[in-house]
Amino acid sequence: MTVSYNDFVIRFANVNGSGSASANGMFAKALFRMGIPVATRNIFPSNIQGLPTWFEVRVSEKDYLGRREGVDIMVAMNAETLVEDVASVKPGGYLLYDNSKPLAKTLQRDDINEIGIPLATMLLPEFTDPKQRSLFKNITYLGALAGLLNIEFDVITGMVSTQYKGKDALIQPNIHALEIGRNYAYEYLNAPLPLQVRRSDQVGERIMVDGNAAAGLGSIYGGATVCAWYPITPSTSVAEAFEQHANRLRIDKDSGQKKFAIIQAEDELAAIGIVIGAGWNGARSFTATSGPGVSLMSEFLGLAYFAEIPAVLWDIQRSGPSTGMPTRTQQSDLISAAYASHGDTKHPVLFPSTPKECFDFAAQALDLADRLQTPIIVLSDLELGMNDNLSEPFEWDDERRYDRGKVLDADDLDRLEVFGRYLDVDGDGIGYRTYPGTHPDKGSFFTRGTSRDEFAAYTESPEAYQRNMERLEKKWETTKTLVPGAEIASGNSSVGVLYYGTTALPMPEAQDLLAEEGIRLDTCRVRAFPFGQDVREFIDGHDLVFVVEQNRDGQMRTLLINEEDYNPAKLVSITYYAGLSISADFIQQSIADYYQANKLPRLTEVQS
Amino acid sequence: MTFVAKPRVHHPKLPLNEIGLTRRDYEGSVSTLCAGCGHDSVSAAIVQACAELSLPPHRFAKVSGIGCSSKTPSYFLNKSHGINTVHGRMPSVITGANLANRDLYCVGVSGDGDSASIGMGQFAHIVRRRIDMLYIVDNNGTYGLTKGQFSATNDKGSTSKKGVPNLYEPIDLVSMALQIGASFVARSFSGDKRQLVPLLKAGLKHRGMAFIDVISPCVAFNNHQGSTKSYDHTRQHTENVVNADYIEEHDEITADYEPGTVEDVAMPDGSKLRLYKLDENYDVHDRVGALNYVQRRQEEGEVVTGLLYVDPDASDCHEILDTVHRPLNELQEVDLCPGNDMLQTINASFR
Repeated sequence: MTVSYNDFVIRFANVNGSGSASANGMFAKALFRMGIPVATRNIFPSNIQGLPTWFEVRVSEKDYLGRREGVDIMVAMNAETLVEDVASVKPGGYLLYDNSKPLAKTLQRDDINEIGIPLATMLLPEFTDPKQRSLFKNITYLGALAGLLNIEFDVITGMVSTQYKGKDALIQPNIHALEIGRNYAYEYLNAPLPLQVRRSDQVGERIMVDGNAAAGLGSIYGGATVCAWYPITPSTSVAEAFEQHANRLRIDKDSGQKKFAIIQAEDELAAIGIVIGAGWNGARSFTATSGPGVSLMSEFLGLAYFAEIPAVLWDIQRSGPSTGMPTRTQQSDLISAAYASHGDTKHPVLFPSTPKECFDFAAQALDLADRLQTPIIVLSDLELGMNDNLSEPFEWDDERRYDRGKVLDADDLDRLEVFGRYLDVDGDGIGYRTYPGTHPDKGSFFTRGTSRDEFAAYTESPEAYQRNMERLEKKWETTKTLVPGAEIASGNSSVGVLYYGTTALPMPEAQDLLAEEGIRLDTCRVRAFPFGQDVREFIDGHDLVFVVEQNRDGQMRTLLINEEDYNPAKLVSITYYAGLSISADFIQQSIADYYQANKLPRLTEVQS
Repeated sequence: MTFVAKPRVHHPKLPLNEIGLTRRDYEGSVSTLCAGCGHDSVSAAIVQACAELSLPPHRFAKVSGIGCSSKTPSYFLNKSHGINTVHGRMPSVITGANLANRDLYCVGVSGDGDSASIGMGQFAHIVRRRIDMLYIVDNNGTYGLTKGQFSATNDKGSTSKKGVPNLYEPIDLVSMALQIGASFVARSFSGDKRQLVPLLKAGLKHRGMAFIDVISPCVAFNNHQGSTKSYDHTRQHTENVVNADYIEEHDEITADYEPGTVEDVAMPDGSKLRLYKLDENYDVHDRVGALNYVQRRQEEGEVVTGLLYVDPDASDCHEILDTVHRPLNELQEVDLCPGNDMLQTINASFR
């Protein structure tokens, strides 16, 4: 028997609200604790109870964390989706199901291995309470999987003990349910299977966390004191993580009072309004939302752009529109975020790819907002925000000081001859600001949209308007030098691939797959808009650049062409937009097809 | 509007307040509103109230939405910062400003279009949250800047300048504020400075949200025969129930009101709110009674003015949230950042 280790995709098909999430989460965590790289994906409905939900775990010794097509092991626990679940198993794969009722003849396939476990029947004598029985069903299949895949059993039992600490009465029945499953696998099934796991050292120091938790925590470290938000999937857990950590980390020792304020606003308009009010008054503040929220916040974003008020907005992208697929991932808010509002507005946008980057960008966005006196939008997505991802551990340099930007205090004002809020003193397009209440006689100003001069005095003068717009353009140039640069890996290929955000996850695997076909690509992971000189050099230095992204219209490609005047023929769009995360297979196939259709030379051909 | 700039020098004998400033130190830029606009009287009343209270004129955050009313924060308290936000959204911006620095006096000026139509949601929710601020609505029943459309506070049957009647029921912001839980609700008239100034003072000193609906006639579009928000109509149909005086502990003001019954209410800072009840049956601490009274009189075509409801022990949003006393915008890295050691512990929890 040839055994393959640490390399498969397992998918759990459940009914949402059935308690499966905890068992499935333990499965992934157990492998992670055995040092094996895992990536989890929750494919869930916009519903509380009763609809189908899937949980997919990519297990990869090679550290491939993106999605891969095809399922090696299907844990089919939802009768409603059984037909499609059986169909999705790769030939040679495994179907684990509850054979208390036999599998319908029409569902049987000769090219896959059926593993029937009589879960319902087995648990009937063990647990009298039907609700408990249903919950322990999940734990029992977890136990069976431990036997089938050779998961270290004490890793799982250890997790049960930690999870139910304080509710000790629950520990023993859970462990018992695990044992029932495992013993069944040993006694009646051919456990372990040729697909197995084994302890590895590939995880290293990494942690397993979702991007939204990282964003909330990073906002704490970055000094945000005001958070205003309105619930919307998939962004809600950003604010919730902030609040949860703040309730522990931001309590004044002496008084027990809070060093932060969080408001669940009545809508997204109010949420961004509160953030802008706080930013105007010198507190670091942020909101988190998704595409529909960005639409609602657009008018305010224009005000903040022109009044030059710091604000940070997290957009955890989902498929659109409001009644679209709120629980599916996409990168489709790029253009609406970059140009949100009316009257020549442009906003810096950051694209994190990992939880670590969510943490780092959370703090950096607060610095950038203060430095540039403008809203900063961080574009994450459901894939990164709501799934547990492997990530480098978070780090904070204790010597680091917040960059509060150009703020004058009372002493500064006393030394100053002339104060003009919108005067470009330093030639970088950024004026000096003051917080309300700073000085009895100096530094106050009344701010509004654009009808004002350098001293914030009301005017509708055409010259003043134009001067202001040109200064804002200068500030945009300054922005290019301050936002995070691209991550570029250039060999000597004449063809490049450019991507951002979670499209980075399947990219190493796609590259390896393409290399097998003689296609080698230089890579550019864009981390911010506006694009810096590095992105320009990368595109200029290649004959052809694939732009891979997760939306229909190639929004990044549009931005590149619009902002940098590239020849559209040079930028080839590869787009995936079906609501799942883009897979390595899809990228490989699309690029290989393009090579084929356009007869581009491959390395193998050149060498032969 | 006037094109005559305000003189920089002022009369040497202008009286000084307790912090050595004159009324001129509380003024703003020259108003660009129409001559006779009620809103300018409200601005003047704000200037007088702040000067008489001897509040530091730079320690305000002035926030407004869009409309004629929302231009007015330029016309008072020039030494303070102000922000003219987007239509109907003053409440959210001032909420953020108050969260950032609880030590500033927050003054929000809005209009009837701003608060009763586009921003009604924000109006309702800021009342619920009890943001510590003075919320003034310059209520003229019309959209002035867009040339005289009816607003939602315009009474049914009231006519436009061209004689067209308003077909829809009015929204009464005072009743709404009472119903949603405002802890200080008053109505006044821009033409009645004697009533308005003490109300503004009491509102500034109130902890939590003080809401004052000020009937402020629009001389350009809503001051004709047939309008129920004109100077004449308002003068003829107002009924004063409770007037207020704000009294510093050490500074007893001699009342120049006709005495009805008098009640002193202790304010959080030790000062007093002196109430002159013109109708002795009116209970200024009875929210439900106030709502009833206002609506009943409204049915009879009367506009009830004065202090309608006050809860002197009300909390504000910072108390509700239990935030530190230091303004959040003053907190530094040492207060805010938990440091790398803590972060490593947090990392361990993700393993």
